[in-house]
Amino acid sequence: MVNYKNHSEKLQKLKSGELSLEDNVKFFLSEIDKNKKLNAFNFVFSDFALEQAKTVQGKIKNNTNGKLAGMVVAIKDVLSLKDKPTACSSKILKDYIAVYTSTAVQKLIDEDAIIIGKTNCDEFAMGSSNENSAFGAVLNPVDNQRVPGGSSGGSAVAVAAGLCDVSLGTDTGGSIRQPASFCGVYGLKPTYSRVSRYGLTAFASSFDSIGPFSHSVEDAAKVLEVISGKDEKDSTSLNVEVPNYSAELTNIDKKYKIGIPKEYFGEGLNEEIKKAIEDVVAKLKSSGFEIVDINLPHNEYTIATYYILTTAEASSNLARYDGARYGFRSNDAATLLDMYNNSRSEGFGKEVKRRIMLGTYVLSAGYYDAYYKKAQKARRLIKNDFDLAFKNVDLIIAPASPTLPFKIGEKSEDPLEMYLGDIYTTSANLAGIPGISVPVANSEEGLPIGMQILANQFDELKLLKTSYFIQNEILKNN
Amino acid sequence: MAVTRKDVEHIAQLAKLSLEENEVESLTDQMNDILGYVEKLNELDTENIEPLSHPVEGNNVFREDVPIKSIASSEALKNAPSASEEFFLVPKVINN
Repeated sequence: MVNYKNHSEKLQKLKSGELSLEDNVKFFLSEIDKNKKLNAFNFVFSDFALEQAKTVQGKIKNNTNGKLAGMVVAIKDVLSLKDKPTACSSKILKDYIAVYTSTAVQKLIDEDAIIIGKTNCDEFAMGSSNENSAFGAVLNPVDNQRVPGGSSGGSAVAVAAGLCDVSLGTDTGGSIRQPASFCGVYGLKPTYSRVSRYGLTAFASSFDSIGPFSHSVEDAAKVLEVISGKDEKDSTSLNVEVPNYSAELTNIDKKYKIGIPKEYFGEGLNEEIKKAIEDVVAKLKSSGFEIVDINLPHNEYTIATYYILTTAEASSNLARYDGARYGFRSNDAATLLDMYNNSRSEGFGKEVKRRIMLGTYVLSAGYYDAYYKKAQKARRLIKNDFDLAFKNVDLIIAPASPTLPFKIGEKSEDPLEMYLGDIYTTSANLAGIPGISVPVANSEEGLPIGMQILANQFDELKLLKTSYFIQNEILKNN
Repeated sequence: MAVTRKDVEHIAQLAKLSLEENEVESLTDQMNDILGYVEKLNELDTENIEPLSHPVEGNNVFREDVPIKSIASSEALKNAPSASEEFFLVPKVINN
């Protein structure tokens, strides 16, 4: 266990000499080693991390350190760091070494964070359980028989099991928020285009977002303010001012109006999750927040819309893995066509193939209008629901997942059932809005329960302020 | 619109995947399951709705057309399964 509750405290201890950064990194490295069976990491950078620790310790001593100095960060294995592997948990990229660094990771390094390794995830971030990995399944640290959620399962576990301070994950349809809820940590998905996607291996380009997992709201805020902003290398990243999230966090001058969408609390929601969220909402109400019922009538169409559009984008994005320029090439490649077919068939896992097939189907001649275009129209209806809701409320509260962490293998044979588990999370990606999962309770069995808060595009500050209030005023009394 | 085995084989060809016999079978079932489910969207009246391709609708992004330094070819070739000098090597495309 570490003896600081957030990065600001850690930095103070590093400055005063009470804590040695080298010892701290060694501690995390030994914890990673002790917890190998969780399978949270694909690659651990022991020497690199210790080297960084020495450099950063020197900067701290000279007062020339960046704002994340000494924060030990694990990054999801879909984010590139130059000269280190980026395997995306896939056989097809198992030996790939990154030739450049992703903007989000570079920004962390520029502020003197220490990158300790790459975390396991579902192959190409496709999955909700972290069982679809060429590096093997990741185990939930709370109950090793259960999944940690996905696709950023390794990132969630790395934080939850105390193997690093903070981690980065990616969220295309809930891949940060759902594993955060399954592992009992904070997980923040920013607004689409808030964080540059440069150096993130593309899954569904109009959905993918990069965000942090953390033990505290303060650390999530600090990481977000560092990684956000316009980047010339990602033309979709937007030039919208980045607030000083960590400084403004504590200043909850106004109690927000919160909408509760009835569509998110209906049939299929686990009773314990429902009750845990209702408890927090009741406490928010008695603290002065205004709680109102709202409607998001198109929510029942989110999963269908999401799986048409993301598989379409994925089938196009994953066309680049052809065995020609990088990645795995089959030994059985006598002709060019054999090289393509066999490299892809041997290199991709089951779920990835399934999504490429679905995506190719919905984009194919004769089906484009019926599926793809129809889904794009449905996407607008879903976004309109949120636009309308946010005219009236500041925030929306919902569950992050309809179920508690499920058993390994429980859903892996039924892809549709697995997809339906994303019922409360894909909407944020369809609408491009930010969301956070706050660890609010444990079930009777001791399994973590997450509560999701959603805000309008670029309103991350409202999310963070409210989460901070919940962390400090509501949960600390539990 | 039920998906047949033949459809699955055709789609696999388009996607450059060679599927085993049992994969064709399970994918036919699973794709029918999933596509059956997404039929749900037909309940929606989308007659006058504009498709949304990007959640944050913005303007086009322009920049000056000036060359900038990119990755050196030696770097780009580092991960190649097969390379020679400045080139990626692939199986012969043109028959003798």
